Amino acid sequence: MMRSITRASAITVAGGLFFAVLPLVATSFGEEYFISLFSRILIYAIAAVSLDLLIGYGGMISLGHAAYVGLGAYVVGILYQHSYEGQPLFGLLPGSENALVVWPLAVLIAAVFALVIGSLCLRTSGMHFIMITLAFAQMLYYFFVGLEQYGGDDGLSIFSRNQMPVLDLNSDIQFYYLCLFFLVIYLIFVHRLVHSRFGLVIRGANSNNRRIQAIGIHSYRYRLVCFAIAGAGGGLAGALLANQTEFVSPGLLNWTLSGELMVMVLLGGLGSLFGPVLGATIFLLLEEVLAMYTEHWMVYLGPFLVIVVIFAKHGLFGLLAGRGDRNE
Amino acid sequence: MLLAIEQILNGLQLGITLFLMSAGLTLVFGIMQVINLAHGSFYMIGAFVGATVTARSGSFLLGVLAALVAAAGTGMIVEVIVLRRLYRREHLDQVLATFGLILFFNELTRIIWGRQPLMMDVPAWLGGSIELLPGLPYPVYRLAVIVVGIAVALGLWLLFARTRLGMQIRAGASNREMTAALGVNIRLIYTLVFGLGTLLAGLAGVMAGPILAVESGMGESILILTFVVIVIGGIGSVRGAVVGALLVGMVDTLGRAFLPILFRLFFSSASADSIAASVASMAIYILMAAILVWRPRGLFPAHSS
Repeated sequence: MMRSITRASAITVAGGLFFAVLPLVATSFGEEYFISLFSRILIYAIAAVSLDLLIGYGGMISLGHAAYVGLGAYVVGILYQHSYEGQPLFGLLPGSENALVVWPLAVLIAAVFALVIGSLCLRTSGMHFIMITLAFAQMLYYFFVGLEQYGGDDGLSIFSRNQMPVLDLNSDIQFYYLCLFFLVIYLIFVHRLVHSRFGLVIRGANSNNRRIQAIGIHSYRYRLVCFAIAGAGGGLAGALLANQTEFVSPGLLNWTLSGELMVMVLLGGLGSLFGPVLGATIFLLLEEVLAMYTEHWMVYLGPFLVIVVIFAKHGLFGLLAGRGDRNE
Repeated sequence: MLLAIEQILNGLQLGITLFLMSAGLTLVFGIMQVINLAHGSFYMIGAFVGATVTARSGSFLLGVLAALVAAAGTGMIVEVIVLRRLYRREHLDQVLATFGLILFFNELTRIIWGRQPLMMDVPAWLGGSIELLPGLPYPVYRLAVIVVGIAVALGLWLLFARTRLGMQIRAGASNREMTAALGVNIRLIYTLVFGLGTLLAGLAGVMAGPILAVESGMGESILILTFVVIVIGGIGSVRGAVVGALLVGMVDTLGRAFLPILFRLFFSSASADSIAASVASMAIYILMAAILVWRPRGLFPAHSS
């Protein structure tokens, strides 16, 4: 037990160091491309950690997490377009390119949608829950596909990243460290959350919801708040992703992204906070490397996934760190 | 009025396609307790094989037959190799493994057939249209789809209610161990049920071929509609699948046809069309949400447990 905890923290520290020095190494080798690749990895890691909070700790298997990522991204895209064209939204609100306004709004809107969708989805459980989260996410996907005003199927281009005092977000290095900062903050937040009384209820409801309710805790509310917090994390990732790629499209809400996020969580290991970060890194690097050799990389990824599911139950973090630290 | 009748028939036809998809899937959910995201892949396999064999041989019936064999055969192979190992596992594992299967099958069709959509022609003997009412011509092919769907629904009912195999399937669904102890080969039954489900998906796929574009990833849009149907109807209930499929088919088709007209009464025509298109594509999900609030387990929940 003791040894596996030290192993887990050793991996986490090593990972943290790796992410901290990466831009310096990449710049000194003249491979700036890696900085933007790893910015994307950090952003996906935020989304994967938020999904892990739902699946790994809460046992709420959401197959619609991309919806919140997409919503966050569209908040950035839509406000940018209104600011760029100088036309107020709904004839009332001015657009904005200020990150300090736009990003909190993206997080808030994603959380509100998660609250509404979650309040319906959490009435059910098991297979129903999986299918309903998926269906609501697809609903939003088709909504944005139909929204011609904001590019419809083709999406929206953002010609420059949001502005922030002091920092220059158009600098890839500064943007990278900002993503890293958000990831660390979100990890610390989720870590404290799952080890608080709130987290205890969430995990308890996962293993035996009936017992939690029998001791007088209305677990529905806790689970709903957890769902909203995860949605907010998705929204943050979406806002960052829109800035990183300078492009927003309905593809961000598509269920393939939900599936990929779930794969990242599983690859890394459920219910381990650093696991999803590792999973996101490995998934996106694998995609990058396989795509170099063949455009049909998914034909290899698919069976690989099936094999991982059948044989490596606890993900890579579980293999590396041993099993002792999971959920303690 | 004639437009309304035509749209109702279109809704019925979409409902039939959805029924073929959801009947198989709801059985797999209800009997094996396994969530299968890859069901749309068998729809796609049916469409691709059907289109290719029809084009090569010139016979639509041969195409349909090949599609059924391909879908059912692939389905049973997948059941034996992958799904069988997942029956006792958590839903999360089932979701991820079947997600992997989707990636594999989508990419495989891209490798074999390329990225261009295939076109499949309506066979000559089902071409043209029939005048149902004075001034209301309707394509014969779409009518044929409706007839086949109703025949399949009746056939399924007979299979489950009146045959020995149907009885064994129902027994296996309510208590696996007890049925196995009575000497029924439950593993074989599961493989057969899974094959039956994918056969129906392949049938839906090949019948949709002449109506839609046959392309990689076509299975997913229908899969999500199928999920909506199953959530509305109740998991594991074939009767629920019938009602849910017809509801979803009607609401979706009628919404797309009439919401723009309705919205033009209130908004300028350009924005009315855009808003109506968005709302129409959301209509079935709103229906699903409403039914969930009213009955969280669907209209016809199969098991009380």
